[in-house]
Amino acid sequence: MSASTDAAEINIGYLRRAEPKSALSLIEVPAANDGVAGARLAIDDNNTTGTFLNQQFSLEDVRLVGGADAVAATSALVERGVSLVIVDLPADALLKAADAGAARKLLFFNVGAIDDRLREEDCRANVIHTAPTRSMLADALAQYLVWKQWRRWLLVVGSHAEDKLYGDALRRSAKRFGARIVQEKVFEDTGGARRTDSGVVQIQRQLPVFTQGAPAYDVLVAADESEVFASYLPYRTWDPRPVAGSAGLVPTTWDGSHDQWGAVQLQDRFMRKFSRRLTARDMQAWTAARMIGESASRTRSADPKVMLDFLTGPDFALAAFKGQRLTLRDWNLQLRQPILLSDGRMIVSVSPQEGFMHQVSELDTLGVDRPESQCRLK
Amino acid sequence: MTEKTNIGSFLLSVAGARSCLLGLGMVALIGGQASAFTAYVSNEKSNTISVIDTDKFKVVKTIKVGQRPRGIGLSKDEKFILVAVGDDDTIEMIDVRTHEIVATLPSGPDPELFTQDPAGKILYVANENDNTVTIIDLERRVPLGEVQVGVEPEGMGLSPDGKTLVATSETTNMAHFIDTLTRRIVANVLVDARPRFAEFKRDASEVWVSSEIGGTVSVIDPVKHEVKKKITFDIPGLRKEAIQAVGISITRDGKTGFVALGPANRVAVINGATHEVQKYLLVGQRVWHMAFTPDEKYLLTTNGVSNDDSIIDVANLKIIKTIQVGELPWGIVISQQ
Repeated sequence: MSASTDAAEINIGYLRRAEPKSALSLIEVPAANDGVAGARLAIDDNNTTGTFLNQQFSLEDVRLVGGADAVAATSALVERGVSLVIVDLPADALLKAADAGAARKLLFFNVGAIDDRLREEDCRANVIHTAPTRSMLADALAQYLVWKQWRRWLLVVGSHAEDKLYGDALRRSAKRFGARIVQEKVFEDTGGARRTDSGVVQIQRQLPVFTQGAPAYDVLVAADESEVFASYLPYRTWDPRPVAGSAGLVPTTWDGSHDQWGAVQLQDRFMRKFSRRLTARDMQAWTAARMIGESASRTRSADPKVMLDFLTGPDFALAAFKGQRLTLRDWNLQLRQPILLSDGRMIVSVSPQEGFMHQVSELDTLGVDRPESQCRLK
Repeated sequence: MTEKTNIGSFLLSVAGARSCLLGLGMVALIGGQASAFTAYVSNEKSNTISVIDTDKFKVVKTIKVGQRPRGIGLSKDEKFILVAVGDDDTIEMIDVRTHEIVATLPSGPDPELFTQDPAGKILYVANENDNTVTIIDLERRVPLGEVQVGVEPEGMGLSPDGKTLVATSETTNMAHFIDTLTRRIVANVLVDARPRFAEFKRDASEVWVSSEIGGTVSVIDPVKHEVKKKITFDIPGLRKEAIQAVGISITRDGKTGFVALGPANRVAVINGATHEVQKYLLVGQRVWHMAFTPDEKYLLTTNGVSNDDSIIDVANLKIIKTIQVGELPWGIVISQQ
C-alpha cells in the first residue's frame, strides 16, 4: 500500500527496432510509426479520461538502431523514471529487457512478438502480452476452416525459423480441430529482391508448377512470416483453391476494415490523427497503453505492482471494440482476445467460432490452454 | 383457428427455444386488448423506422430515414419523431402525421443517443465521435453549446427536474454529471467498462448506468455521486462475455427495472428497492433497447440480430408476442396516440 501513490504523471516507455520490416505487397509495408502510433492514440484517450482524474500520460519512444542493446535502453528509461514499458522487439531482445527490468520492478507489455515460448517455457512474471501467439492465430484460422468444412489442407511452409514455428502452430491446430494435412511442402527462400523491373512474369509460371500434383485438398494454408512467397499464391495455384494463413484469409488482431462493435469510432480517431489506417501492431500497442490507463484510473496508482494485481484480478475487463470483454490469462499474462479473419479488404469472420466450447471462456479455445501450459510464473 | 395456427408457427420459427411461451401467449394475445399507442422502432441497417400499432401489435408503416438510425425520441408535444442518423451526422425531425422528414437538427458529428429537458425545448445529444455533448434549442433548431466529456459519449439521462444531465463515455468508463444551468461537469463517477445507457428513477433517488463490456449496472446516488450498488447478472449456461448490459427501463413507481442484456438474449427484471434480479426473460437475439406503452402494460424490446421486437407483458413478466421489423432494430419510442 505504501508504494501506491495518487499518480499525477505517468510516463510510459516504448522500445522498438529502428529497421522497417519489408513485405511483398507494397501496401503491406509498415509505416515508420507502425505500433507506436496506436500507443499515442491511447495516450490521447487516457489523457481525456485523465483530465477528470488529474492524471497525465506521456510516451517516451526509443528506437534501437542496428545492434543497440535492449538492456542499456531499459536502464536509460529507468533513469528517466519510467516503470511501465511497451515493447515491440523480437523474443530474445524482449527477454533481455524484461530480465534487466525485473530487479527495478518494471512492468513490460509485449505488443509485437507472437512466439508461444514467451508465454510458455520462457514466460516472465513482469511481461504482459497484448500480441497474440502463433497458436492463437492458427487456432482462429483452423476453427473457421473446419466450420467451413475445408478440412483437407495443403500446407506450404517457408524456410526461415519463424515460418517453421508458424507451420508447427498450424499443424497443431489441424490436429486439435480435426483438419487433415494432405501434403506439406517447403518453399525455399533462394534470396533475391521483392521488387524487380521484370515483374511477376516468372512467378506466374512458377507457382502453378510448385502447387501441381498435390493430393485432393480444400484449401492451401501458407506459413510465410518472412514475406517470401505467400502473397504470390492466391489465383496462381494449379488447382483453383482458396489460400489462407500468411495470405488470402489471414488471422489478425485488427484490420483497417474492421467496423463492428463501435470500431468505426476508433478507426476514425486514428485516421484523423495519423492519416493512415490502424494496423494490428497499432492495435496491440493501443491495447497495452489503454490497459495502463485503465489500471491507473481504477487504482489511482502508477505503481507497476498495483497495476499488475489489478490487471490479473477479477475486476479487470477491457473494452477494445471486439464485441466482448478482454481479460488476462493469469497463468501466463496473455491477453484473451477474439481474432479477426481478414481477406485484406473485409472481415470474413471472427473466431472463436460458434460451437467451440470451453468451461471458462470460449476465448481460451484459441492458443495453449491452462492445463497444457508450461509457464510457471515466479 | 387458421389465424391461431399461423401466428403460432410464425412464433415458432422466430422464437426457437421460446416455444414454451406459445400456449400461454396466444390466448392472451388474441383475447386481450391493448390501448392503441404507436411505437416507432429505428432499424440501424435498413435505414428505416418501423411504425407499430400497439393494439394489433403489427407494423403498419415503414418510414425511410437517413443513414444508420439509432437513438429515437418524440418531441414533448408528440408532433415529431426525432431520430439520430449517425452516418449523416444529424438528427432528423419527422412529422408523426405525414411521416415526412421536415427538418434536421445541428447535432454535431455522429449523434447516437439524446434526451430532452422536461419542457421539450432543449435537446442534449451525445456525439460519439467527438467527445462532446451538444446542446440544441429545439424550437429555433440551433446549437446552444457543447460540453466536453470523456471518450465516446453515449448514454444520456436527465434528472426529472431537468437540472442534472448524466452522460456516459464508453472508453473513459465514466458517468459525467453535468449541471444543465452552468453546463459544467460537477462530478465524474467511474463505472464498469463501456457504459452505454443512463436512466433516472422518476423520484430522482437513483440513476442506473449500464456497462456493456463490464456486464453490470451501477446504481448511482445522484446527490453523493457514489455507486451505491452494482447489479451483476449470472445466467446458468451462459458465459460471462455474452452478458452485456445495454438498455434500461424503470417503471414510473420505481419498483421494477428492466435491463436488456444484449447477446445474452435476455431482459433481466430487477427489484427496484433491493436491486436483486428477480427473473430473466428470454427475448430475441441481441436485445438493445426497450420502451413501455404509456399505460405500462407492455414493454417492447428491440432485438438487433433477430430483426424483431419482443412484447413483454409487464404484470405477468411474460413474452406474449414477437413482431418482425426492419433489419437490425436498435432504438424504440412509444407515443400516446
